[in-house]
Amino acid sequence: MKEPQLLSGNEAVALAARDAGVALGCGYPGTPSTEILEAFSRLGGKAQWCPNEKVALEVALGAAFADNAAAIVTMKHVGLNVAADPLFTAAYTGVSGALVVAVADDPGLASSQNEQDSRRYAVAAGLPMLEPSDSQEAYDLTLKALEISARWKLPVLLRLTTRVCHSKTILSRRISPQPPGPIGFRRDIPSRVMIPAYARLAHRKLRAKLHELENLAEGAGGGEGAPELPPLTSPGKLLDWREGEGALGIITSGISFHHACEAAPQASIMKLNLTYPLALGRIRDFAQTVGRAIVIEEGDPYLAEAIRAAGIAVEGKGEPYRFGELNVSRVRRILAGDNSPEPVLPRGKAPQLCQGCPHRAVFATLAKLECIVAGDIGCYTLGVLPPFEAMDSCVCMGASIGVGLGLRQVLPEEQAKKVVSVIGDSTLVHSGITGLVEMAYNPPPTGHVVIVLDNATTAMTGLQEHPGTGRRLDHAPTRQLVIEEVARAIGLDEVHVIDPTDKPDDFAGLVRDSLAGGKLVLIIARRPCILAAPRIRQFQKPKPDKPE
Amino acid sequence: MPVTNQVTNVVIAGLGGQGVLKASDILAEAAFRAGLDVKKSEVHGMSQRGGSVASDVRFGAKVHSPMVSEGQADFLVVLEPTQVQPNAHVLKAGGVLIQPELIDPAALDNKRSLNVALLGALSARLEISPQHWQAALEANLPANARQANARAFELGRGAAAKLK
Repeated sequence: MKEPQLLSGNEAVALAARDAGVALGCGYPGTPSTEILEAFSRLGGKAQWCPNEKVALEVALGAAFADNAAAIVTMKHVGLNVAADPLFTAAYTGVSGALVVAVADDPGLASSQNEQDSRRYAVAAGLPMLEPSDSQEAYDLTLKALEISARWKLPVLLRLTTRVCHSKTILSRRISPQPPGPIGFRRDIPSRVMIPAYARLAHRKLRAKLHELENLAEGAGGGEGAPELPPLTSPGKLLDWREGEGALGIITSGISFHHACEAAPQASIMKLNLTYPLALGRIRDFAQTVGRAIVIEEGDPYLAEAIRAAGIAVEGKGEPYRFGELNVSRVRRILAGDNSPEPVLPRGKAPQLCQGCPHRAVFATLAKLECIVAGDIGCYTLGVLPPFEAMDSCVCMGASIGVGLGLRQVLPEEQAKKVVSVIGDSTLVHSGITGLVEMAYNPPPTGHVVIVLDNATTAMTGLQEHPGTGRRLDHAPTRQLVIEEVARAIGLDEVHVIDPTDKPDDFAGLVRDSLAGGKLVLIIARRPCILAAPRIRQFQKPKPDKPE
Repeated sequence: MPVTNQVTNVVIAGLGGQGVLKASDILAEAAFRAGLDVKKSEVHGMSQRGGSVASDVRFGAKVHSPMVSEGQADFLVVLEPTQVQPNAHVLKAGGVLIQPELIDPAALDNKRSLNVALLGALSARLEISPQHWQAALEANLPANARQANARAFELGRGAAAKLK
């Protein structure tokens, strides 16, 4: 069982969650986090896609309110924005079992709309954060996060990045699968009902917990006068101090650690696995023992700012290295203080909508009608590229509807009548339904037209299920959310369902009439994704295991 | 010929849907089975929609970064002629470029086996024994495609003599 395996970081998190007896995994698909829950499900864990990250975190939190129940919730960095509301107050309520919030950042924007740095959330919400650098650490630090969560009764953030999630490296399992203790509900009103009187106390309790964890991380090197705390017993360290040769000392975390080891093999290295709260006493000791202390980190200068704010003299990276991923050669440049323009590498071929993709007919129509298109997040964002160039905004999940309505509210009539919101089926369920409610509640003077690109899957992230497909994460059937029924119930004037590929002229005519009509219209352009269609046919067969 | 106590850097490149990631999975697994430290890294997401895809595989006694830096690749395996130019910068001086033209498409049972054929060519230049390659191929490819892929692998291995 403990022989080495070659696994991705995402698979490693799933394996650790399974070995630790995690009772429930929740999430919403998002590159680069998606494969964690899929792997957890394959390993036999109870895993489910939720409509969005906020709901996923709430479900996981509810599970972790039960004694001995451990839960994990997974999302990409922008998903944590959606889940931020419960996150901040979950820091106050804490948990009775354990809760790990796995969040995967995308430095360099391989497949995202921004490159925000989720480490800021640990500080803002006041939650411990662990950062693995490879698959072994993804496994070890998932166990560590569960241990910290169970011990201090706090949600713990596990911050991953693209190169940790999607790199395969060698790991060994450290524990045999653990059955959880007896799961049950115990009433604890002051801990979980966040009325102001209880929340004031809970805030103080949270800060006391963080202080204790900080003292533990400081160990012998800091936290003077702190009471003796029992050590953590799970594998992996909170920080790792490696003595090198020579004057250079590097303070780092996550994937940057491996780049630094290769760029400066002689350097002393302080590798921080717990990146909130920081063991600033240990960092101070390290900085004082080396001739030159420099922070190597991807994304925002989070560590450099926090360490300097504590009065510790360290160098940070130059501003050019805030952008994009680091690699060995960029770390060499940082160490050399080289902020000169970097070589521009040739760009590969841009992705495009597949040949036969049902979205193509929609964007061809929108381009022909010279629409002002409020777009959204999904494969269909590629409608912005040639030959269509039929998109005018893309902000966040669900924003197409609100942005389209805002434009309609203020633009002169001739322009307003050209505004269309375009949103995918999974995205509509995630964050678009409240936009439809706004449309019915505050209708623009010229009406509005929303086109749902319903391809019966969450295509962008690799063909995941969602409530509208009528199948769960493991493709087993469940109740189906019917988009046209939702739209009618909300009170829109017209709801149409049409196959845009099969009847392109009818589709173009419908859009043209809807733009001219001044009503509130929802057009569901329904045709399965060509990549998903064969799988969907298999799932819909009475005997799905029978080969074709 | 690279020696196995140094890190060997391989970049496999092509377009989405060509089997770049499958090829890098097979290579990484073969090196892993040979007892080496291995790291394999790539970026998913938008690349699935027919765009450029590249996967880095590094193996040796001890590997740190999972990414191959510019000018550090010992081998660049390219599945699509147009993808040579955008990836050529990764090759080190004297590094080996393995291109699709090495394989006669008519000699492949299935054109989709090009990735495996080019791995066969690469295998002739690496110190990983055939048993590990075979095990890695079997673990990563469907059983009904095994024979066609085994032939493609041997075809590529035989063609490696034509590499510079």
